[in-house]
Amino acid sequence: MAAETAGIARISAIRGRAGALGDVVFRAMTFIFALLVLLMLGGVMVSLIIGAWPALRTFGFFSFIVTEAWNPVTKEFGALAPIYGTLVTSAIAMLVGIPVAFGIAVFITEICPIWLKRPLATMIELLAAIPSIIYGIWGLFVFAPFVQQYIQPAIIDTLGNIPGIGALFAGPPLGIGVLTAGFILAIMVLPFISSIMRDVFETVPAMLKESAYGLGATRGEVVWRIVVPFTRAGVIGGIMLGLGRALGETMAVTFVIGNAHRISASILQPGTTISAALANEFTEADSSLYLSSLIALGLILFIITFIVLAFAKIMLLELEKQAGN
Amino acid sequence: MSVYARRRLANALVMSLSVVATAFGLLWLILVLWTLITNGISAITPALFTQMTPPPGNSGGLLNAIAGSVAMTLIATLIGTPTGILAGTFLAEYSRGSRFGEVVRFINDILLSAPSIIVGLFVYEIMVVPMGHFSAWAGAVALAIIVIPVVVRTTEDMLDLVPNTLREAATALGAPRWKVIVMISYRAAIQGMLTGVMLAVARIAGETAPLLFTALNNQFWNGNFNAPMANLPVVIFQFAMSPYADWQTLAWGGALLITVTVLCLNIGARLLASWSTFKS
Repeated sequence: MAAETAGIARISAIRGRAGALGDVVFRAMTFIFALLVLLMLGGVMVSLIIGAWPALRTFGFFSFIVTEAWNPVTKEFGALAPIYGTLVTSAIAMLVGIPVAFGIAVFITEICPIWLKRPLATMIELLAAIPSIIYGIWGLFVFAPFVQQYIQPAIIDTLGNIPGIGALFAGPPLGIGVLTAGFILAIMVLPFISSIMRDVFETVPAMLKESAYGLGATRGEVVWRIVVPFTRAGVIGGIMLGLGRALGETMAVTFVIGNAHRISASILQPGTTISAALANEFTEADSSLYLSSLIALGLILFIITFIVLAFAKIMLLELEKQAGN
Repeated sequence: MSVYARRRLANALVMSLSVVATAFGLLWLILVLWTLITNGISAITPALFTQMTPPPGNSGGLLNAIAGSVAMTLIATLIGTPTGILAGTFLAEYSRGSRFGEVVRFINDILLSAPSIIVGLFVYEIMVVPMGHFSAWAGAVALAIIVIPVVVRTTEDMLDLVPNTLREAATALGAPRWKVIVMISYRAAIQGMLTGVMLAVARIAGETAPLLFTALNNQFWNGNFNAPMANLPVVIFQFAMSPYADWQTLAWGGALLITVTVLCLNIGARLLASWSTFKS
């Protein structure tokens, strides 16, 4: 009897030790991999800075950003044209994408019958699943010719004649260019923005909306006066997330923007973006300064998207906190 | 016009605009899929799956590119899944409310949306430059870095859904923490975690940008992971941008193939998620 108890005690001591050891090992393992996620971001930053260093030292960070020249022959490089292209295409994408994404989110959360909600939401999200190279090949062979034949001539004939802003819409209809790239980006970021808007719209307490309806508000008024003010932080977060995607989008833009290292007044003309310049020129860069300048472009893109995405995340956390209360 | 009529009109306007917006969104999905099918279907022949990528002006297939894509996606998933699951486990099981956990979660969400071309640059710097040449390994690592944040996020979300009473019951029976996690939490959340892995695979199957400076491309069959390897997205990029009709047809075929694969994975993942035990 005594031996038996001692045996059990010994077994449980061994098992306890094994359990404790297992706990330490398992916890340490998960911790290391969580740390790896942090190191990955740090590693990206450090490696880009090291890679960009020769170019930044040669040209100086500030003058690299404000120089438009990009000449591999004379080894003169400046980031202004790609930065400009990145910002303008993303701005066009936001201008087109935000209202449409908002409309979709309103339709799905407020109007659509329940049985249609899921299939519809899934279909919109499938837009995000289509790889960006597919948008690229579609944009180049289908969309750009369409734009060239029908949309751009119409824009040049109407908006192009308005004094002042006419210069924005001047030039021959080429099909490819900044406007086409921005429009395709708009389609690509639509699902990201609308799915976040939809999620945050769903967090509005039914009681708030019902109170407004009870006071005689129409659906449109409930959306504008109740849902949007309540979810403002989340909506901004969703928009910022979409912007982050648009800024870094590569393949679709590379196909349709025309890859011209210059800043044109007209948004119908070819341009380039940071990511398109990288995709096109990286493997062709024949000098280390050229390569380093491209990596410096990557560093700038990384910094811009990091700030935008961090802002998006903070806005979304804000809403979460508010919903938690 | 009375106030009442004006409000009704404004409402009708807002509502119909949102219907138009939804139709507009769906229109592009249908247009893109339609052009893919009409242009790509003629390229889907047995030769596409049995022959190598041809030189310009010749007929051929995409066998080496398909094989390369499958191999790199597989390796990337094998690297990324355990890494992502363990990191996600730490966030969900060990770091609730801790400062470190919050930081990792924040950084992970940023990595989730970070431009994939930057990942390509990073791997170029840490693998291609030291090794001195482009390689399939570098491509697979770049893709793995894209897989990790997706898996971390879904693993954490799914483990968060597991009721604490399950964990407490197992702990009360004397199970150590790691056993509770591996045998109870994982088992309860497995469908959701699989969904995350499938979504991650769907995401990297069509990724092009990170492969441009890592795996590069290869016109021939290559079983060596230390050398550049053909892969569908980069072949599509190269062939679509070329002036040769044969190449462009192959590019459409490859594009249709990738899209069908990605959409099937995506829809499969959603179905799996809708069957899972715990729902958000």
